[in-house]
Amino acid sequence: MWPLQPRPRRGALARSKHPIDSLGFNAELHYQGHGLALKEELSATENLQSGAALRGLSVSPQAVQAALSKVGLKGRSQLPVKVLSQGQKRRVALAGLVLSSAPLWILDEPFAALDVAAQSSLQGILDQHLAQGGLLVFTSHQAIELQAPGEDLDLGVFAA
Amino acid sequence: MNKVALRSAPPAPSMGQTLWALLTRDLKVAARRQSDLATVVFFFGVVAALFPLAIGPEMGTLRLIGPGILWVAALLAAMLSMGRLFSADYADGSLEQLLLSATPLPFLVAAKIAAHWLLSGLPLVILSPLLALQFDLPGEAMKILMLTLLVGTLSLSLVGAVGAALTLGLRSSELLLSLLVLPLYIPTLVFGAGAVQAEMSGLGAQGHVSLLMAVLMLALFLCPWAAAAALKIALE
Amino acid sequence: MVLPWFQYAAPQRFYGLAGRLYPFCFVLAALLGAVGLYMGFFVAPTDAQQGEAYRIIFIHVPASWMSMVIYCAMAFWSALGLGFKTRISGLMAQALAPTGALFCFLSLWTGALWGKPMWGTWWVWDARLTSELILLFLYAGYMALTRAIDDPQRRDQAGALVALVGVINVPIIYFSVKWWNTLHQGSSVSMTQAPSMAHTMLWAMLGVTLACWAYAVGMALYRVRGLILQREHDTGWVQALAQSQAKSLNQENPAESGAGA
Repeated sequence: MWPLQPRPRRGALARSKHPIDSLGFNAELHYQGHGLALKEELSATENLQSGAALRGLSVSPQAVQAALSKVGLKGRSQLPVKVLSQGQKRRVALAGLVLSSAPLWILDEPFAALDVAAQSSLQGILDQHLAQGGLLVFTSHQAIELQAPGEDLDLGVFAA
Repeated sequence: MNKVALRSAPPAPSMGQTLWALLTRDLKVAARRQSDLATVVFFFGVVAALFPLAIGPEMGTLRLIGPGILWVAALLAAMLSMGRLFSADYADGSLEQLLLSATPLPFLVAAKIAAHWLLSGLPLVILSPLLALQFDLPGEAMKILMLTLLVGTLSLSLVGAVGAALTLGLRSSELLLSLLVLPLYIPTLVFGAGAVQAEMSGLGAQGHVSLLMAVLMLALFLCPWAAAAALKIALE
Repeated sequence: MVLPWFQYAAPQRFYGLAGRLYPFCFVLAALLGAVGLYMGFFVAPTDAQQGEAYRIIFIHVPASWMSMVIYCAMAFWSALGLGFKTRISGLMAQALAPTGALFCFLSLWTGALWGKPMWGTWWVWDARLTSELILLFLYAGYMALTRAIDDPQRRDQAGALVALVGVINVPIIYFSVKWWNTLHQGSSVSMTQAPSMAHTMLWAMLGVTLACWAYAVGMALYRVRGLILQREHDTGWVQALAQSQAKSLNQENPAESGAGA
């Protein structure tokens, strides 16, 4: 898990003068890993609100509802997350991205388990982030075309 | 290369608000789940009831060993609930997020311990007078029992958190956690049960209670930091 | 002046150093042990109050001391490992633990053997024996945790943290057990009443203690070599070592060389 790597053996990793495992770096990062960090017993709305609060953002209920509509979950926002399908849970996590104000996004397989509509929603969200001057690092098994120019790292050469 | 101006970094989160959000989230989740609280309380009651069944119902004997039994039962109940302090968050990815938070990890750990204690330590304190009646403990002793359990279960939660963080995700982690943590629980047990016995024998519990407080202060100072270090070791 | 020692932080170098040292340690242990035990069992005078049975202290006391010293040594290596991130430090701590636990167990067992003729019971809940028992639990916890973790780096760091947490707690636990003991003890006797020491007794005890120390160092160095081989099993030098050993075995048994390694 890259964001959690301890100090590298040689030299130091840093981004805009924050070393990679410092609190300053963390404040500017929105990471989404394999685990979606959703509490099953809480509803989508509650998860988004507590997620934002844990990042120190104050989000209005309207903003939360707007984010959920953007990913197509408006009708299901009050249900406990455990009754949602895997794809719907991933869309709740996407709504979290919409609410995020972090400049750097690191996403692990964000396009996995999404249907076509959700995938295009996600592309829109990523494009908007990049247009606003954000940084994005993500992994994917599929080739994804985004509007801003980016670099492809093919890690297949490292496969054992 | 065109350098687009980066968005300015978001304002630093207020630590108090973040910790409060974590505490309330954990409490809300536990409220929906409900079984956690009930199991701790019933375990305490069942274990305390086992001893008279094993030793015999003679009230004189039970009054003598009551403080020790109640303290051991509370200690075991507290210890067995430690396993779930971090495991749920570890499983669904929330723990990862906490490690990537802008708030220092020891404080986040302290907030989680506080929520956990409210659900597994405080109920023991509240139930203890009822169980003390089963052992015919006098009123003053009951008060000291509640006080020592209040201070003691906080220490137990703090020390147990270090064990829970170290054994995160390992096979037979429950047993391993117990083995690691029980020797460290012994000072709290000695001072806690000893206080009640001192009260009952007329010697006064002040010395014991002060020592219990000292252990709590030390735990409060060291354990969140040690548990945070252990979490980083477990997740990297 | 300190810098030349840092070269031994490399596993291959340390492997070589440990290999040269441990035979000396065992020989020293055997010699000192023989002298010390001879003095303790045959030369030291009979105790006026406790008769011949007291002689068990020549094993009991060194064993207790060693169990404590080894735990402190484990904590030292743990601190070193966490501070300098050297792999050898974690391995040394793990190599020391079984020997420390052994001395702890020996201390408890000889304590029981001492207690029976003296006070009629196989166990006495006095402060020192009880603390020794708790120390055994601390060793057991450390060994159980390190054996339960597969990832080597996590194993080293988690073990180091446990050892350090334990070493901080040992004085607290000892104090609390003493407190508990003095409050509840009235007239019952305690193990801490060793007989007043004649010169020969002191020398004998010192001899056995140094023997135990040499044994512990030798055992730890011997064990750490095995741990190094396990940890570094995929490096060049270990593979070369394995191949050269297989070759020499084949040379000794030409008839079996067809079986291959």
